Amino acid sequence: MKKETTKSAKAIRTRNNVLIHILLAVLAFIWVFPVLWVIMTSFRAEKGSYVSTFFPKAFTLDNYIKLFTDTTILNFPKMFMNTLVIAIFSCLLSTFFVLSAAYCLSRMRFKMRKPYMNMAMILGLFPGFMSMVAVYFILKAVGLTEGSLIRLALILCYSGGAALGFQIAKGFFDTTPYAIDEAAMIDGCTRWQVFTKITLPLSKPIIIYTILTSFISPWVDFIFAKVICRANADQYTVAIGLWKMLEKEYIDNWYTCFAAGAVLISIPIAILFLKLQKYYVNGMTGAVKG
Amino acid sequence: MKQLSREAELAARRVDVGHVTCMEALRSGGPETKASAFVMGLGNILHKQVGKGLIFLAAEVAYIAFMVLSGFHNLAMLPSLGSVEQQEVWNEELQVFLYTKGDQSILILLYGVATILVTLMMFWIWRGTLKSAYVAELLDKRGSHINTLADDLRGLLNENLYRLLMTPPMFFILVLTILPLVFMICMAFTNYSKIGDHLVLFDWVGLDNFMTLFDGSSVLGGTFWSVLGWTLVWAFFATFTNYFFGMILAILINRKGTRAKGFWRFCFVISCAVPMFVSLLIMRTMLQPEGAVNVLLRNLGLIASDASLPFFTNATWARVTVIVINIWVGVPYTLLQLTGVLQNIPGDLYEAADVDGATKVQQFFKITLPYMFYVTTPYLIATFTGNVNNFNVIYLLSGGDPVTNLASTAGETDLLVTWLYKLTIDKQYYNIGAVVGILTFVILAIGSLLTYRNSKSYKEEGGF
Repeated sequence: MKKETTKSAKAIRTRNNVLIHILLAVLAFIWVFPVLWVIMTSFRAEKGSYVSTFFPKAFTLDNYIKLFTDTTILNFPKMFMNTLVIAIFSCLLSTFFVLSAAYCLSRMRFKMRKPYMNMAMILGLFPGFMSMVAVYFILKAVGLTEGSLIRLALILCYSGGAALGFQIAKGFFDTTPYAIDEAAMIDGCTRWQVFTKITLPLSKPIIIYTILTSFISPWVDFIFAKVICRANADQYTVAIGLWKMLEKEYIDNWYTCFAAGAVLISIPIAILFLKLQKYYVNGMTGAVKG
Repeated sequence: MKQLSREAELAARRVDVGHVTCMEALRSGGPETKASAFVMGLGNILHKQVGKGLIFLAAEVAYIAFMVLSGFHNLAMLPSLGSVEQQEVWNEELQVFLYTKGDQSILILLYGVATILVTLMMFWIWRGTLKSAYVAELLDKRGSHINTLADDLRGLLNENLYRLLMTPPMFFILVLTILPLVFMICMAFTNYSKIGDHLVLFDWVGLDNFMTLFDGSSVLGGTFWSVLGWTLVWAFFATFTNYFFGMILAILINRKGTRAKGFWRFCFVISCAVPMFVSLLIMRTMLQPEGAVNVLLRNLGLIASDASLPFFTNATWARVTVIVINIWVGVPYTLLQLTGVLQNIPGDLYEAADVDGATKVQQFFKITLPYMFYVTTPYLIATFTGNVNNFNVIYLLSGGDPVTNLASTAGETDLLVTWLYKLTIDKQYYNIGAVVGILTFVILAIGSLLTYRNSKSYKEEGGF
């Protein structure tokens, strides 16, 4: 009798396992399909935005070659360089801002600490680009919306508010024991030395996380770049370029190139994301606990 | 012995610095401290802090110079926002029309707001100089050590490190976040709009714009209420579909019987790698009336050869479509975020439930859900807020379409934010756009405050 129940329980468990694996496979297919489709499209020889088969009839690298050589209408290499420059500088600035704000808020006690944190929370409730038009006017008043100064304007836009996003880094600093700082200060270290020689070397994961997230944001941002670049086509970033490729007059010729461009900017992000998964998870749990 | 007295002195100094207020300085400070209110830095200069005093003095001189050169003019123009129109004048010599420079209200408003911010900062510095002068006076009277400029600079790397590190970010936040926000809020009280052709010269109109939006019978007002309604519906569904779907998926992947956990997670996470705007644009082209999905359905014979499913042309279809696609976009992130939280649920709770004979479904509703709600309330609030302000998904996917009511400025899937974008960038109704932004903020602030205060995690901190 007893043996029979265990057997049936086992059978049920196996059945459930099979069902769940099938379900997961179906779901995984739904999620992976568009990604595969983009990759396939980027190697497709036929032009146009629609073909009736999933697998291209002929594979080619022309889309990638065209993307980098055909610069008459949409200058992708230039856009790529623009974005790269903007990304590097705004990444440096934002990382500095985020880490220093997070360190101060986590380790030091000063009068403006609470007000600053409340302010960051309140500012976060405003629609992000409500002030975008106003930012444009300000940059225009300072003369940063002409020619290559647009790049500087975009760098400032991406990194200017970075210090408001200190939460994850602060959560990380909060977890490193304060006793280490105290010991160093008793040995005669200044706060600055503690920050640069002890806290930062101990915080590699969060530094990498901050650098990478702030490096990615200019690559994927579309709205700010569009509002600030306006008609200055030579200052466009990759995101605007890709958007342009899907407009009615370009879509037939450029759709496959769009896919190629999408694949190119997805590769670094994919690598980063897979590497960063665990920090993403940890950041979340840390934030909830704290 | 000497070391001991030095320590006591240091302590006294710390206490002194910490407890001096600006009012004390004005009330009980010596004449030189009081005079510092007018000649900033005087107190410091007289009490052996020449360098510091000169810096304060320089700040005052710079501020006065700025105010005389442009500040007072900026402030004086603020109430009227300018009235001189640009005019054409016939120039006899050159035989052409020349334009005289008219007032530009937008610049007047911007400079006015900036001047007010500079003045507030100056007031803050002024208070600092008073305190600093008073401290110097007290220390000098007592004959204790007074920090030289070099001491102060060294302090910036040590106990005052936060001043050094927080000032640059704070400056940029002030210029690129707070100033634009204040500027935008000011616009809500003007008639800066294409309506009535007020794009160059505009005036203060008080609360008129708010009245227009609250008045449900006007076109803008009617649009506002319907957009607000859909925004809340969207935010609710977008938040909770993702939350539950992500949670169930995380449970399925992490349950004991599932093989190849890493592989499944990889499958879902890989879709995060494609930048959101790319995947959204692809979805959009696929779902057009002549797009890939419709053509595929026609070829398969599932719909008539001339028919197409109205993904973005029928209001209800469009709304369901954006919510469904948002699940596709958002679930991988939710999966990652909730995995860690789910693994934190104490395992013995489930073991006890197993012993008591509870089914998996019962365990989900009695253990997992209460725990998750308890721990993730702040996360849910943040996600809800994020979804109310979720510009990308709607703008890139449907662009707010379909527009069923041609008189209104918003489509059926427009959220408050995308409507705000259309109002400001496309229509140039800057004032109405600003009001919409302010109202979005008010709704979010009240909403998140109330839910947070009523949530269990706020009421009984550290329960469970």
